[in-house]
Amino acid sequence: MSDVLARLEGVSRIYQKGKEKVEVLHALDLEIPDGDFVAIMGPSGSGKTTLLNLLGGLDKPTAGTITVGGSELSSMSNSQLSRWRSTNIGFIFQFYNLLPVLTAHRNVELPLLLTDFGGKERARRASIALDIVGLADRANHYPRELSGGQEQRVAIARAIVSDPPLLLCDEPTGDLDRDMSDEILRLLQVLNRDHGKTIVMVTHDAQAAEFAKRTLHCDKGTLEAKETA
Amino acid sequence: MKYFRLIWKNAWRKKIRTSLTILSVFVAFLLFALLSAIGYAFRGGVDVADAERLIVIHKISLINPLPMSYMNRIAATEGVDSVTHGSWFGGYYQDPRNHFGQFPVDPQAYFDMYPEFDIPEEQLEAFKRNRTGAVVGQEIAKKYGWKVGDRIPIQATIWSRIDGSRTWEFDLEGIFSTDDPRGSSPIMLFQYDYFEEARAFGKGTAGWYILRVANGANPVDVANAIDLQFANSPNETETSTEAAFSQSFAKQFGNIALIVTLVLGAVFFTLLLVSGNTMSQSVRERISEIAVLKTLGFGDRTVLGIVLSESILIMLIGGLLGLGLGWLGVQGLAKEMGTFLPGVFLSPVAIATGIAMMIGTGLLAGIFPALKAMRLSIIDALARA
Repeated sequence: MSDVLARLEGVSRIYQKGKEKVEVLHALDLEIPDGDFVAIMGPSGSGKTTLLNLLGGLDKPTAGTITVGGSELSSMSNSQLSRWRSTNIGFIFQFYNLLPVLTAHRNVELPLLLTDFGGKERARRASIALDIVGLADRANHYPRELSGGQEQRVAIARAIVSDPPLLLCDEPTGDLDRDMSDEILRLLQVLNRDHGKTIVMVTHDAQAAEFAKRTLHCDKGTLEAKETA
Repeated sequence: MKYFRLIWKNAWRKKIRTSLTILSVFVAFLLFALLSAIGYAFRGGVDVADAERLIVIHKISLINPLPMSYMNRIAATEGVDSVTHGSWFGGYYQDPRNHFGQFPVDPQAYFDMYPEFDIPEEQLEAFKRNRTGAVVGQEIAKKYGWKVGDRIPIQATIWSRIDGSRTWEFDLEGIFSTDDPRGSSPIMLFQYDYFEEARAFGKGTAGWYILRVANGANPVDVANAIDLQFANSPNETETSTEAAFSQSFAKQFGNIALIVTLVLGAVFFTLLLVSGNTMSQSVRERISEIAVLKTLGFGDRTVLGIVLSESILIMLIGGLLGLGLGWLGVQGLAKEMGTFLPGVFLSPVAIATGIAMMIGTGLLAGIFPALKAMRLSIIDALARA
């Protein structure tokens, strides 16, 4: 592995719940090299998703700095973060979160609406992304016409269509059976190995974590590394 | 435009709900078109009124006639360029339902006073030469199939003849039109001299005087000078601009403008509630989808624009359909009611106002749901999903 793609230094995240302050992440330091595939495991409420949200610029730390791809996220405004996300991050959710009113192709094309590409170029790129995930023949199907695994592959195509360096996956196999899960995880491995995507995956599933190059355990707001690769 | 598909698809997410909302928008703008056209007809005289023309009527009422001797005195008033007169005849053709305006006038002076009435020169000359001659607006000629040379019997409702008859016969000598876009000239003009000679009563009077203010003269000063001249006489006058005269004439039928405004106000207030509710429900149902869009990098303003555009789109679909059908309806209405209520016309201003109202109502109906979508916290929304 080479350069560091993402770096967290002394990152804390405290939420205010009524009068009580809840510290979800505590003075966290983490480096994610370019080309890494890291799984983050841990019990519910341990701060896994918060960490993912911070890495994706969806949330801001209470203290510390987060640098991804050379951009310091904590100093960016909301609109700057939106623009940054559109080119730097691909999100993959547990429940796919496809727009039900759009076909697979149009769902994949969505992030490209934020670019200056014309209609033909957007269509070409969306087709390539669908091809990579093996769903070129389902391009005109609506999400309701696809299986869970197919929906997740469309979501992955949507995540990679604008060619972001970092993919953030929040329980990507949490809603799938074992076979489907393995299929999705193998696809993520291909994206990591053959397409150079850096992947951070939050999961409860130890078998899923085995597909990553390394696993970090998150507990009470701190991280502990356990190399699996 | 690249967001159009997304906006279109979101608008039709719940087809029945969207269709019903569009139907309510459609009905509102259909009503808007019809009432605007009728309102336009009632204030039509006001819109086309010439600012340099003044009307002199009896101070008590338009019904009371004024002595013909007033004409020379009005003409001699400082600031008056020219004067002519008109009177209400109030007849019908064959059936009382075929009612339209007929005025005994001085042919040359009347056409000089109303240059917007366009008549071939030879027809005007023939009209002037024939004491029982008459000319009609092209709508009247078209409606009753009249052509130059026809003999037209008109039944009087007010003016009986010296011989006791109420039938007045006229030779149609000409057909005139107007350059007004509504083509509104559904009247008949005939010779005052013939009327004066043959009527059984009211001789030596005219219904009203029309005068043109001389260049540079102040119409208000001229009107005051005329009214002052006849003050404390048995026939006091009230002089006003043509616009004010038309307005007071229209108000005899009630305050149509106010009625139209109230009806449309109620309709659009209801429409705002219906469409606002549709948009609120629509946004509430897809909180997680909006969060996903924002996660993908759609900015707050883009999300705001998408929701507002959706609201405006629904308004435009229903509104344009309503306005379109309304326009067709107005054509039919104008054809059917042209002689009874001339000037039923959906003006370009009304169409532009309608489109502006579609956009405005769309913005108002969509603004709160759009702001909600814009301010949505991605993390909270995704956590709820």
